[in-house]
Amino acid sequence: MWLINLLTSSIGKKVIMSLTGLFLCSFLVIHLLGNLQLLSADGTAFNEYAKFMTSFAPIKIISYGLYAMILLHAVLGIALWSQNKKAKGSKYKVRTTQNTTFAGRNMALLGAIMFVFIVWHMSKFWAAMKFRLDPDATTGVVDLYSEVSGAFSHLWVVALYVFSMVVIGLHLHHGFQSAFQTLGLNHKKYTPLIKGFGTGFSILITIGFSIIPIWMYIQSIS
Amino acid sequence: MKLTLEIWRQKNAADGGHFDIFQLDDVTDDMSFLEMLDVLNDKLLRDKKDPVAFEHDCREGICGACSMVIDGQPHGPMQETTTCQLHMRKFKDGDTITIEPFRARAFPIIKDLVVDRSSFDRIIQSGGYISVNTGQAQDGNAIPIEKEQSQKAFDAATCIGCGACVAACPNGSAMLFTSAKVSHLALLPQGEVEHSKRVRNMVNQMDAEGFGMCSNTGACEVECPKGISLENIARMNRAYLGASVAAE
Ligand code: SF4
Ligand code: FES
Repeated sequence: MWLINLLTSSIGKKVIMSLTGLFLCSFLVIHLLGNLQLLSADGTAFNEYAKFMTSFAPIKIISYGLYAMILLHAVLGIALWSQNKKAKGSKYKVRTTQNTTFAGRNMALLGAIMFVFIVWHMSKFWAAMKFRLDPDATTGVVDLYSEVSGAFSHLWVVALYVFSMVVIGLHLHHGFQSAFQTLGLNHKKYTPLIKGFGTGFSILITIGFSIIPIWMYIQSIS
Repeated sequence: MKLTLEIWRQKNAADGGHFDIFQLDDVTDDMSFLEMLDVLNDKLLRDKKDPVAFEHDCREGICGACSMVIDGQPHGPMQETTTCQLHMRKFKDGDTITIEPFRARAFPIIKDLVVDRSSFDRIIQSGGYISVNTGQAQDGNAIPIEKEQSQKAFDAATCIGCGACVAACPNGSAMLFTSAKVSHLALLPQGEVEHSKRVRNMVNQMDAEGFGMCSNTGACEVECPKGISLENIARMNRAYLGASVAAE
């Protein structure tokens, strides 16, 4: 069948990577907007939001789609990395890195670190929300805010979180513009704009997510 | 000038291979890189030793035969220059130069620095042509083609099939080569007719040869002796996606 041929071709597989990647970019924006509510010291807004995200049916459905996308992007990414390693064969003794970026050369490594981060973050916050914490008897709201602020009162947790955000930023910096090139969208006028936007986007995501734990840590010590 | 050469030696595809070190004392500025290797081989032959096998043909930068990686760069340190057009004035007295073969699974080593690039030939055979006779130069000139379009086609057509893009790519991908070959035909009316079939066949053959998948590192573009641009890869992807969806 033509669709299977397309999706299993080298270009097709990269297209799956770019489409899932771009979808995950849009998710990051939504996630960041929600998380920014953690900046208000009164946790109710964030707790209400967390309840809405885990109980509103359409969002629940989208979130399962999202988990599938993350898994597809990760599993296919690892498969492509290993196929590419095989296609390269043995390495050169002298290696140059001309014209390439650190992120471009290490997408799989950065992705693997991100995956570990996602697992840690899910087991810490998502699982707390779903299983560990008991909801308030009358309102049904879970106090996720206290769980998060508790975690971010430890400097090492903050440091690990910020490090992971830098990794995500690097991955996005290469991945965003690379997705467009893979889809065949390369244009003298627009490619520089896409690259510029991707750089701005990756910086914003890194800074946006990082200020939250840093701010919460400062609050916890003052 | 005096040079130390560290050269990859490998008897055949099955051999594990190793580096040999040679000293060369009488290299002059105006020798080409290949002439410098000729001097080395002449010395080895006089000493009844096995000369270093390397590939060459035109020695004027148009055939793409002279494949080798010099100090980590396919075709050496000069931009948009093949090994045969690289001259020893680019190096200094006392330099150590490391010379390795192109490395990719689809380019198995035959001996020393010589690799088998017939996978490229099979990609061309799968669609890198026009099936009818398009006539002589005057027939081509009789078809009006916008200058910018013909210029783009010509830029893509300057690919000499040397394989430096594959050698430079950390994924061993042949996208730059294949896309140059797809593009130069697709951009002209004579080639446009078979474009959809051509791009599908050539990409399928490229995959079948065991080349890797492009992750847009951009390493190929900078090492290409003919300055083939990444734009061609995007054009091929676009065409491949469109052709796969639209084909009956
Ligand atoms: S695209 Fe450039 S590097 Fe690749 S085969 Fe053609 S001329 Fe050589
Ligand atoms: S020998 Fe022909 S390009 Fe170098």
